[in-house]
Amino acid sequence: MSGWIKVCALDEIAPQGSRVVASSQGDIALFRTADDRVFGLHDKCPHKGGPLSQGIVHGETVTCPLHGFKIGLKDGEAVAPDKGCARRFEVKLEAGTVWLQLN
Amino acid sequence: MKKQKLVVVGNGMAGIRAVEELLKLAPDLYDITVFGAEPHGNYNRILLSPVLAGEMTINDIILNPLGWYADNGVRLHVGKTVTKIDRTARKVIAADGTEEEYDRLLLATGSTPFMLPVPGNDLPGVISYRDIKDTDEMIATAATHKHAVVIGGGLLGLEAANGLKLRGMDVTVVHLMPWLMERQLDRAAADMLKTSLEARGLKFLLEKQTEALIRGESGRVAALRFKPAPGDDPGGGLEIPADLVVMAAGIRPNTALAESARIYCNRGIVVNDTMQTYDPRIYAVGECVAHRGIAYGLVAPLFEQAKVCANHLANFGIARYTGSVTSTKLKVTGIDLFSCGNFMGGQNGKGGTDEILLHDPSGGVYKKLVVKNDVLVGAVLYGDTADGAWYFQLVKEGQNIHQIRDHLMFGQNHVGDVGHAGVSKAAAMADDAQVCGCNGVCKGDIVKAIKSQGLFTLEDVRKHTKASSSCGSCTGLVEQILASTVGGAYTPSESKDKPMCGCTDHSHGVVRQTIRERHLLTIPDAMHYMEWKTPSGCPSCRPALNYYLISTWPGEAKDDPQSRFINERAHANIQKDGTYSVIPRMWGGLTTPAELRTIADVAEKYEVPTVKMTGGARIDLLGIKKEDLPKVWADLGAAGMVSGHAYGKSIRTVKTCVGAEHCRFGTQRSMDMGVKLERMLFGMGAPHKVKLAVSGCPRNCAEAGIKDIGVIGVDSGYELYVAGNGGIKTEVAAFLCKVKSDEEVMEYSGAFLQLYREEGFYLERTCHYVARVGLDHVKAAVVNDPLKRKDLYERLLFALQDYEDPWQAAVAKPAVRREYEVIKLEEVTA
Ligand code: SRM
Ligand SMILES: Cc1cc2nc3c(=O)[nH]c(=O)nc-3n(C[C@H](O)[C@H](O)[C@H](O)COP(=O)(O)OP(=O)(O)OC[C@H]3O[C@@H](n4cnc5c(N)ncnc54)[C@H](O)[C@@H]3O)c2cc1C
Ligand code: SF4
Ligand code: FES
Repeated sequence: MSGWIKVCALDEIAPQGSRVVASSQGDIALFRTADDRVFGLHDKCPHKGGPLSQGIVHGETVTCPLHGFKIGLKDGEAVAPDKGCARRFEVKLEAGTVWLQLN
Repeated sequence: MKKQKLVVVGNGMAGIRAVEELLKLAPDLYDITVFGAEPHGNYNRILLSPVLAGEMTINDIILNPLGWYADNGVRLHVGKTVTKIDRTARKVIAADGTEEEYDRLLLATGSTPFMLPVPGNDLPGVISYRDIKDTDEMIATAATHKHAVVIGGGLLGLEAANGLKLRGMDVTVVHLMPWLMERQLDRAAADMLKTSLEARGLKFLLEKQTEALIRGESGRVAALRFKPAPGDDPGGGLEIPADLVVMAAGIRPNTALAESARIYCNRGIVVNDTMQTYDPRIYAVGECVAHRGIAYGLVAPLFEQAKVCANHLANFGIARYTGSVTSTKLKVTGIDLFSCGNFMGGQNGKGGTDEILLHDPSGGVYKKLVVKNDVLVGAVLYGDTADGAWYFQLVKEGQNIHQIRDHLMFGQNHVGDVGHAGVSKAAAMADDAQVCGCNGVCKGDIVKAIKSQGLFTLEDVRKHTKASSSCGSCTGLVEQILASTVGGAYTPSESKDKPMCGCTDHSHGVVRQTIRERHLLTIPDAMHYMEWKTPSGCPSCRPALNYYLISTWPGEAKDDPQSRFINERAHANIQKDGTYSVIPRMWGGLTTPAELRTIADVAEKYEVPTVKMTGGARIDLLGIKKEDLPKVWADLGAAGMVSGHAYGKSIRTVKTCVGAEHCRFGTQRSMDMGVKLERMLFGMGAPHKVKLAVSGCPRNCAEAGIKDIGVIGVDSGYELYVAGNGGIKTEVAAFLCKVKSDEEVMEYSGAFLQLYREEGFYLERTCHYVARVGLDHVKAAVVNDPLKRKDLYERLLFALQDYEDPWQAAVAKPAVRREYEVIKLEEVTA
């Protein structure tokens, strides 16, 4: 497993917004919640591959822009009645900088 | 702090619904204890009929299995009947001696079936129809005996009779009145019902009074004797065989326990609008209650009561129950029957009612609508009940139906609104037939969810199955399925005060009004002031709040891009593969060789895979990568092109025909008029998208008849039409007025759109908005009152004055441009 990689400053992600990170493991969506926590998910909806990064962030959830699956940011799990899971990536926030771990 | 103690007496539909509502509002306020006389968890009593008919099993109708109580920290004394309330010591005592103290007590004891006071009414084989025990006994008797008599030709009696017949018994229904279900039906409908039940093999004896039940040799009931009719010789009353007698002659609120504790009762346990009894610590809900003199016997009102009661138990103190209008549906598969409100009309109420009637005896259809002062007050439908839910809603909302009166009888899809055009009747649909095309949900999925999860409202069904949660065009059908599955328990959502979404109890109307009255300027402020239940809303309320704020306080409230759907945030339409489409504006549908050349260059430079003419008469560049959007816009902007807003809840297109500029028939310069309108409205946000069209003459080549605003040139000026729609459900625009000059077209159109912007609910197109407020309301502001019109028009121009093309803004501002940039990771390869 590789170590932590520096991504960007927290300020570069809007509150309740997201950014896309291109990586060797495909696009990763980084989400920032209203209370400044950051989460990372594979940028592909378990439904039909929609770009989760483009969804609306609310609470600890993002709603996929294509057909409205709600995906939990913490675990990548779809909220019932939908089923499916988007891969999670470890993210940490240190002194205003966002770090990511590829797995 | 020590929790307060809440004790609930009655483990039935109303009591447990109140507990569920309470747990939603204040999960930790009380230690809750429930007493239930029946040896089961709470079940869906109304579905006992399908169980008897063999269409469902007891397991299908359990609403709260015993595990539910444990999971929610509710203590359940199952199979224990409370026999005493000690109001001084504040405790209840059950028959087996169990005692529980309370701080607050909720009585939900339901009702008791009325047993006719005739000799023999206590014989074995004489039962009521109320609970699982009765149902089991009926099923068992049907397997061993032949003759059943049901006393009472009301809803319950007919469902019992139908079930027993399906289980193989020979069934006679005895009824005192001249026609069946006299409390729900008028005579014509009841006679049709009787005929079709007779065709299924049921027998009826009407206007007959039971004198005695006669004991047979086995000790159980064997026959039933009627009182002799006047003229018969005394003692010569008719006798019919009866191995089973089901009394379905009415119910009485079960007030025995309350009365023994000297809580004031009159017909039922008397409660006020907060569901409180005369003892302030004691509340009551359900069939045991008399509210404003009425005891209800259907579940929809009980659920409303439960909600209000929970609100007060949770110390919120704001809800009031003010009574219910009820509707009835007979749950006999294959028979469609619906009634609601005051359906007797002229026959008993002389108070100025009109009846609109449709009667087709051979076709098996009967419909009666009762109208009073242009308000629908009641309806009876037999044979075709597809529009029952809609009529019921009109009755409940008391809407003025003047404008739709002439086609009211033909149902909702004639009037417009998202309906059920062309669909087969819900009940007749196969389980694997698809209902919701957007989410791929079949009828069977919906029925299963309704039954297994105990769903009663459209919102519930949307949440659990997703059916009708996307484009909404199947809403009518889903409502029908709900109505046919849960019967009278179905609660149609009232659009007027339906909560915006699960995050709040407030309706769109209340939220709009509060934002204006309280001068709220940000989403967090609005959520805080209106006590939102979720910390940051959801994708359905946030965009609505954002719109309400910026449309109410232009220049003051700031737009929140994170509360907009991606298309509006990225100023382009997202595609199924995550790329975007770009549609530059072509004012009035006009373009130039230079523009076309630029579009061609852009398409080549960015390897745009598809170039297409849109249905809105302009060019779409499809399949552009998000990172390329600002570059594409910079190139288009250099040639003077701006956003076409093909993605926004905003002004879309103004279609025009060639008009008097070129056409031999043209009476007005429609291209010119269209361009002027489109330029005036550039950047106008709205509750939903807005489309206009201008035609040069009544041949109407620009299709102005299905636009939000349609302008049609005539010799003496222009005719203005509003609230058309060419989308999910085609809606022809309504004539607003005639005007003389181009300036007037701009002023009237602008005023109409500003009214819609200020009063429309988010995602309400103009056609839905006008259907809600009425065309007269629009005319009063836009046509008849010049001052109001000018004010509206000025407010629109004010709101639009500094609008900046979002594409060029994104190109110019690095902070905005970031939205489009992908972060490239510098990975260290180990
Ligand atoms: C591009 C276009 C189809 C085309 O290739 O011609 C189109 C594309 C979409 N339409 Fe449309 N509509 C297009 C003209 C129309 C028209 C015809 C017209 O404008 O004259 C209509 C019927 C007229 C009307 O609106 O009254 C139309 C009625 C709808 C509706 C139903 C609206 C309704 O109130 O019933 C929706 C759904 C919605 O908005 O909720 C919709 C939604 C959509 C969306 C935005 C679906 C979505 O949310 O992603 C489509 C985006 C596709 C994409 O991948 O970019 N589209 N859509 C047309 C763009 C016109 C333009 O130049 O701006
Ligand atoms: C066969 C049938 C079909 C129906 N069909 C429909 C329909 O289609 N549509 C519709 O809207 N309504 C229908 N109803 C009516 C509906 O079921 C009732 O309105 C509803 O169940 C009433 O709810 P409740 O909580 O007030 O009473 P109940 O559901 O009767 O609950 C009261 C509970 O309290 C218990 N209890 C009473 N006293 C005590 C005590 N002292 N101690 C402990 N427990 C006690 C009772 O045993 C019972 O379990 C139907 C009813 C029946 C029987
Ligand atoms: S009709 Fe409109 S929404 Fe439907 S597929 Fe075509 S473009 Fe998409
Ligand atoms: S791809 Fe995400 S909801 Fe369909």
